Amino acid sequence: MSGGSDYVTRRKVGEQPLWQHGKPLLGRIDIELTERCDNVCLHCCICLFEDDEEAERREMSTAEVEAVLTEAAALGALSVRFTGGEPLLRDDFEELYLFARRLGLKVMLFTNARGVTPELADLLARVPPLELVEVSVYGMSARTYEDATRRRGSYAEFRRGVELLIDRGVPFVVKGALLPGLAGEVAEFEAWAATLPAMDKPPGYSMFFDLRGRRDCGGSAADAPPAEPPALCDAERRNATIRRVRLSPADGVAFLTRDRERYVKGMREFCTKFMRPPGDVLFSCGAGHGACVDAYGEVQPCLPMRAPETTVSLRGQPGGGGEGGPGGKPGGPGGGSAAAPATFDAARLRYALTEAFPRLRETKATNPEYLRRCAVCFLKGLCEQCPAKSWAESGTLDTPVEYLCEVAHEQARDLGLLEPGESAWQIEDWKARVERI
Amino acid sequence: MSIALEDVYKPSDDVVGREFEGEIIIAPLVSGIGDMEDELFTLDDTGKAIWDQLDGRRSLAGVVARLTPEFEEAEDGAMERDVLGLVAELVARRMLVAV
Repeated sequence: MSGGSDYVTRRKVGEQPLWQHGKPLLGRIDIELTERCDNVCLHCCICLFEDDEEAERREMSTAEVEAVLTEAAALGALSVRFTGGEPLLRDDFEELYLFARRLGLKVMLFTNARGVTPELADLLARVPPLELVEVSVYGMSARTYEDATRRRGSYAEFRRGVELLIDRGVPFVVKGALLPGLAGEVAEFEAWAATLPAMDKPPGYSMFFDLRGRRDCGGSAADAPPAEPPALCDAERRNATIRRVRLSPADGVAFLTRDRERYVKGMREFCTKFMRPPGDVLFSCGAGHGACVDAYGEVQPCLPMRAPETTVSLRGQPGGGGEGGPGGKPGGPGGGSAAAPATFDAARLRYALTEAFPRLRETKATNPEYLRRCAVCFLKGLCEQCPAKSWAESGTLDTPVEYLCEVAHEQARDLGLLEPGESAWQIEDWKARVERI
Repeated sequence: MSIALEDVYKPSDDVVGREFEGEIIIAPLVSGIGDMEDELFTLDDTGKAIWDQLDGRRSLAGVVARLTPEFEEAEDGAMERDVLGLVAELVARRMLVAV
């Protein structure tokens, strides 16, 4: 018996375990509601045109998304992240939002805020998401913002959306994409961000941009400027643009270290915990411990990981029993019968988490170059090399990504972990190097 | 607000009670229940047993009568105190409404 007056306990998610009988199979589900976006950002590895009818036709239906949410809740998930593309482009967004909240799920919304209407802001105020809305920012003026988004009028719509969130008291944070425009407005951006009620620390930035992970040549991801070589296919043209706007490793490190004292303090703690050679196991990250469902019903081990051999399709064969993927097996991407319509089975989410992803996490690198360099490189904690980024850059899971390698080495030299000309994978006394800082 | 044994209560439409592997988590649906954006609420074992009985039909006296045999090791009157105490707290938190 309780015997006291505190029958109800407040729990702060992330700080206290909620379930007494152990961790549930799924803590959070990420759902990419659409790959379409009303912006066409220079650096974006995802976006398709908002009027891409073929992409829209293939997207999960309202009922299918609701089935995923229901299954996620049954697996113990406490929250869902709605992302995209731009999730607010979906006509059924409010319906899906309310469905998730009525399941008791907290909702994390990633948006550019252009699609925030008075009605949506009212809804978010009345039925709060219980998570901070995250708004991406591309510039602090119409010129810089729209240089990045390549959509006239987008800046005014972004500001209007943000003002609606402020006016209705919807807590949100902002994060920046470090493109040339915003890079020149960082002080202004951070001063504005500091005025927002929910911003209790400086905004985060994306800067070492990912290439398009689909490795496809179709769809509407073709909106590269005319300056890009016309002979390249759509995805290659998009990737050429992304490469062009990526920060150089030196510029990236200069930005990261602009508050050197804070940076070094944080990196000292970080390096002590995470610097070590990863060995030949590819998925040493958290991939596959959670689940991400893309716009078309593919369960991915993490948001950027699109490699077909790593995903499980919820659109399997008719009457399929959860034996979908990964690896293009029946029910996997590209699997199923061409003649018969696919059936959507959200229960395959459990299969992904209990069978497919645990097998995936046992995958080992075989690429000799990866084994020679990445597997024995102690900069693992600094380097963003991972199977998803390897796939996006080269089409394999275990190819060193030169750009990320250069960024990690630049950081390591700045921190004093490496001398000029040294390669981290050749350092045998790496523990002594880490102790230096 | 006084809570009487003849009263009948049910979960408020302003919250969602989720059961997972025998445990209850209460998530606010509308603003003003949790003070912070990342708060959820849990019930102890007694609280869960009581919550399960608050169906909008059974009086609190009926809840006490139904649960007392299940907690037979408890001292006399303890279940009544727990039912009244929990309901008072949940009503104050807008998680229960009278029928």
